[in-house]
Amino acid sequence: MNYLMRRLATFPLVLLGVSILVFVAIRMVPGDSITAMLGTEAGLLTPAQRDSLAAYFGIDQPWFIQYWRWIGGILHGNFGISVTYGRPVLDVILERFPLTLELALLSMIIALAVGMPAGIYAATHNEKPSDLGVRIVAMIGQSTPSFVLGLLIIYALSAGFGVLPAMGEFAPLWQDPLRNLSQLILPAITLGFAFAASVTRISRSAMLDVLSDDYVRTARSKGASARSVIWRHALPNALIPVVTLSGIEFGYLLGGAVIVEQIYALPGLGRMVLDAILQRDYALVQGAVLFIAFNFMIVNLLVDLAYVALDPRIRLGEQ
Amino acid sequence: MRILRAIFGHGSGRIGGVIVGVYLLIAILGLVGLTPHNPITQFRVDRLHAPNGAYWMGTDLFGRDVASRLMAGIGQSFTVAFFSVAFATLAGTVLGLAAAWLGRRWDGVVMRIMDVLLAFPAILLALLIVTVAGPGTWTSVVAIGIVYTPIFTRVVRGPALSLKAREFVDAARTFGSSSSYIVTRHLLLNLVAPLTVQVTLALAWALLTEAGLSFLGLGTQPPAASLGLMLSDSRNLMETAPWLMIFPGLTIMISILGFNLLGDALRDILDPRMRRVPA
Repeated sequence: MNYLMRRLATFPLVLLGVSILVFVAIRMVPGDSITAMLGTEAGLLTPAQRDSLAAYFGIDQPWFIQYWRWIGGILHGNFGISVTYGRPVLDVILERFPLTLELALLSMIIALAVGMPAGIYAATHNEKPSDLGVRIVAMIGQSTPSFVLGLLIIYALSAGFGVLPAMGEFAPLWQDPLRNLSQLILPAITLGFAFAASVTRISRSAMLDVLSDDYVRTARSKGASARSVIWRHALPNALIPVVTLSGIEFGYLLGGAVIVEQIYALPGLGRMVLDAILQRDYALVQGAVLFIAFNFMIVNLLVDLAYVALDPRIRLGEQ
Repeated sequence: MRILRAIFGHGSGRIGGVIVGVYLLIAILGLVGLTPHNPITQFRVDRLHAPNGAYWMGTDLFGRDVASRLMAGIGQSFTVAFFSVAFATLAGTVLGLAAAWLGRRWDGVVMRIMDVLLAFPAILLALLIVTVAGPGTWTSVVAIGIVYTPIFTRVVRGPALSLKAREFVDAARTFGSSSSYIVTRHLLLNLVAPLTVQVTLALAWALLTEAGLSFLGLGTQPPAASLGLMLSDSRNLMETAPWLMIFPGLTIMISILGFNLLGDALRDILDPRMRRVPA
């Protein structure tokens, strides 16, 4: 079996494992759905009331039946009801997802637009002062946590210009694109900075690797112009690690940027999960975590597919 | 000794090494309580003082000394980072060696479990574990440790598999060496280089994750000092007391920078081409 087939074959298995892990983890939390809903008032329930509530939540059944029901529901698009929102879990998730997706896309665009040219520039100016400069900035970028950068940006804006980032009611892209962009651009820069630094570093080292390969030397000795060597011969192969890195990073961002959403008060997926955890809304935590893990796995699978498409050696089953 | 000389002969290794060394010293001072003031004592009359001779980095809303809290916070963050990375290294090495050495079904089972763990974005998995176990310092250790275990398992398993197929392992077998001897002597010793690099880089991520968890209020609990918590508390006072944000922010950044630089240098020195074998 080649790499791709094996990868596809284990996908459902891993997904099953993920769902069991999420389910078991949530069951291990002290207290049940009844105490989560009623808090201390749960102690005032009569045994009969408690039993009927347990039956309502389905927690009177053994765990494997509960798991079966949960999975069965999910397969029918029913992730359960969120206690805090009083609405279906899937509705709540899908309402938050567009923002998270948009933010992830914007950050990736920033990262690639800045990181790739910077990396290629540094690689073609290897060991010159400009290369060193790019490397230093990239190293600092990679070591700057998003929450430090986010706070610094907000501070610089408020102290230097007396303005605050656009917060308040979030405007979806399709309703008010300009306002939407003004709300998302700073968070996207905050996330994109470290991302761009990683892209710079990896494209620089990939480019350097490729530039010292025999086939590039052959192309050079045949008299190909420097530009043609870089863009036509070297770049396609140097792209492989860049694609992998950006894909994985994008997958992470699809899980919601908890901290950056928190700093900029954005109603994204990450903050929703955090709030659900703090409010013990377990149906929502469970559904959201599964949703995020599923997306993450899909993105990783796509990255692998891209990898295979770009690198025939893997396609042919070599490792 | 040779490795220390190599680190200090390497440009970024020198800078990273110095940063990490200084932080280690501060962390120890912070942990044993050798701070300018008591980090949780509230000097109420001196609330929100800007940096001055008595309080080098100013005081916070409760009149606590920021510099002392930073030192205690570094101690705290480093404790979490070291224990969680030790956890991940130990668990990952054992699992990776077991998977590689036992092969077949064991390999499949271990690596699929690691795939499951890797299917979660790191911070989300940490959040999930903290939800189950309740926030706190040792929960953070376990959560961060579990999050990074699959990475160590992969780092160990790949090279261990290729070492296992090498002649010297066959030779050791023919001499009648026991499995445990071969695994510890021939495999593990040869894995020290990639593991060292990985440990250093993992320390940077662990510091980052710890700061992130405490920033969200799910790591170290107040009144104990932690860098993430200090940063999070600084948000509402940003304009009146910027030092509350700038010092912890820079402290976190430089510590991560130090470990990243050191990790990069170690990679150059020990392992010019770390090959990653897909699971």
